[in-house]
Amino acid sequence: MAGKSLTAGKSLGPVRRAFAPWNDPAAKPFIQFQNVTKTFGDFTAVDDLSLNIYEREFFALLGPSGCGKTTLMRMIAGFEEPTSGHVMLDGQDLVGVPPYRRPTNMMFQSYALFPHMNVWDNIAFGLKQDGMAKADIATRVDEMLALVKLEKFARRKPHQLSGGQKQRVALARSLAKKPKVLLLDEPLGALDKKLREETQFELIDLQVRLGMTFVIVTHDQEEAMTVADRIALMDQGKIVQIATPGEIYEQPNSRYVADFIGDINILEGKVTSTEGGVATLDCIGTGAKVQVTQDGGAKLGDEAWFAIRPEKVSISLTPPEDPSVNAVSGEVWDIGYLGDVSIYHIRLATGATVKSTITNTTRLVSRPITWEDKVWLTWSRDGGVVLTR
Amino acid sequence: MAMTTTGAPGRGWLRWLVVAIPYLWLIVLFLAPFLIVLKISFSTTAIAMPPYTPALDLSAGLGALWEQIQEFTFDNYIFLTEDSLYLQSYLSSLKIAAISTFLILLVGYPIAYGMARARREWRPTLLMLVILPFWTSFLIRVYAWIGILKPEGLLNQMLLGLGVISEPLNILPSTLAVYIGIVYSYLPFMILPLYATLEKLDETLLEAAADLGCPPIQAFWKITFPLSIPGVVAGCFLVFIPAVGEFVIPDLLGGSDTLMIGKTLWAEFFSNRDWPVSSAVAVVLLAILVVPIMLFQNAQKKASE
Repeated sequence: MAGKSLTAGKSLGPVRRAFAPWNDPAAKPFIQFQNVTKTFGDFTAVDDLSLNIYEREFFALLGPSGCGKTTLMRMIAGFEEPTSGHVMLDGQDLVGVPPYRRPTNMMFQSYALFPHMNVWDNIAFGLKQDGMAKADIATRVDEMLALVKLEKFARRKPHQLSGGQKQRVALARSLAKKPKVLLLDEPLGALDKKLREETQFELIDLQVRLGMTFVIVTHDQEEAMTVADRIALMDQGKIVQIATPGEIYEQPNSRYVADFIGDINILEGKVTSTEGGVATLDCIGTGAKVQVTQDGGAKLGDEAWFAIRPEKVSISLTPPEDPSVNAVSGEVWDIGYLGDVSIYHIRLATGATVKSTITNTTRLVSRPITWEDKVWLTWSRDGGVVLTR
Repeated sequence: MAMTTTGAPGRGWLRWLVVAIPYLWLIVLFLAPFLIVLKISFSTTAIAMPPYTPALDLSAGLGALWEQIQEFTFDNYIFLTEDSLYLQSYLSSLKIAAISTFLILLVGYPIAYGMARARREWRPTLLMLVILPFWTSFLIRVYAWIGILKPEGLLNQMLLGLGVISEPLNILPSTLAVYIGIVYSYLPFMILPLYATLEKLDETLLEAAADLGCPPIQAFWKITFPLSIPGVVAGCFLVFIPAVGEFVIPDLLGGSDTLMIGKTLWAEFFSNRDWPVSSAVAVVLLAILVVPIMLFQNAQKKASE
């Protein structure tokens, strides 16, 4: 999420305008999936899916394994052909174009570096393939080596490199041909956490500097949130929600999305009022009365779910002024200390558990709230969302 | 853990035994016979039993042994250089083995490649089919080729029946039949190492090549083939080395004009009963083969680095 501040100014120019071509009806999509279905035998990997990706966008395909995100990416690269539908790139239909004629390059999850070639030859491979002049190849390869800071390793073979170095070579190789689209298949999966986080910011920086379109496949929601302009969350071959990291986190459109991205409390209830843009829910599991601002998704009498992130639930030892709305009481059941934050699990009288996160703003000498304390949980009308599916 | 470390007392002899067994095997079954052959190659033919002298009789005492050793001669080796038959046999053997190795590579590579690219569940069956001929005696399989290749054999009958030829082909006996026999017999030794290398090849490398603009046929020469070279080298040596000394195939399928050192050696040993000269032939053959064997071991060492 912190990464978004880096990408916010990417529309270039002195004005820090938000980069959001997807909100502009005049913008032409760069990559288009039109009613694409892909089946493998009985298994439908991608199910009648349509999607637009815009030029210079950093787009993330996110989802659990087997959701079809990799298949979708492999259809852009040309390793899979859609069973039906069209994949367009820059106005050109890609269906039937073999991978070696597509203006896209991919960084493979396993890196797929050629083991019999040194770093230099790996990066030069695609350029040689294009019949580029020798001097130009040398210039371009050196440029790429400088970009990934591997000048000293040009003569090394892949097996003489560390995981992080291999990842850089793979990145340099896939960028060398200046592809129209760079496809990244779980590019950081093999790196340890620290290196992965560093590399995420490097990727963002690189994408902004090169002004290229990046499509990343990942199952790591934090990674998607950090690097992407927009995220498409997939499930069973369909896109469940496409939105910016902020929207997908704060305005999930379903329980599936809310649950997949980050941590969340979900309370089941019934809509008893929708007056003035505020939905009122009677929650079954907790007995709480919830009021939440909404823009008209939930109708009177609907079965609905109130979803609220743990960091938006305040915890206190004293009851609030009006304990009848947006408040529940319970007992501290468990505390998860993560260093920067502590996660409190509060067991309500009905047996349901609600999570609340507290930022540890001081060194932990003694906890003001601890196990078995009777506490009150409260939240504002704008804290959570009401979900109808 | 402590039981297996070098410091464990009382277990040292067990370690030595484990290490010693293969060495003992090599000493008894390879080095000792070779030394006997080497010794005979320095002897002179004699009408006696054994048919050479000196016989190195240990019962006569060490002094007598030394006298016998002084009778050793290089005459047999000099004789090999004097009669051009031997040089021709060596050269012809090397040529036949080299051409056969090349032909086997040409036939074996596509088979191994096809096996490695076959569906996973078929691969054990295909592998089984390659090994299956070994269940029949080698000799019988070579005899079977006589049945196929002879003038009234299966091949001629089929070709005559189809009207492709009007006269039976005289393939047997000939050098061509020897090539057919060697290619057939040694093919599995090429396929197995090639298959082992090709099967391990990571297919995403080919996807990466395609992604970078390389069409499939070029990708074969730039990725698949270079990465299969360890298998090619292993297969070629496994075929070439025994093919040089091959005796059964040229004896059964080859004509009088097919010169191979294995045949020459056999004739020297059994027809001429000249043990010393045939021993010298064998020692020189070994010396010739040591070169490719060392090359092979070097290649193996490089591959494992």
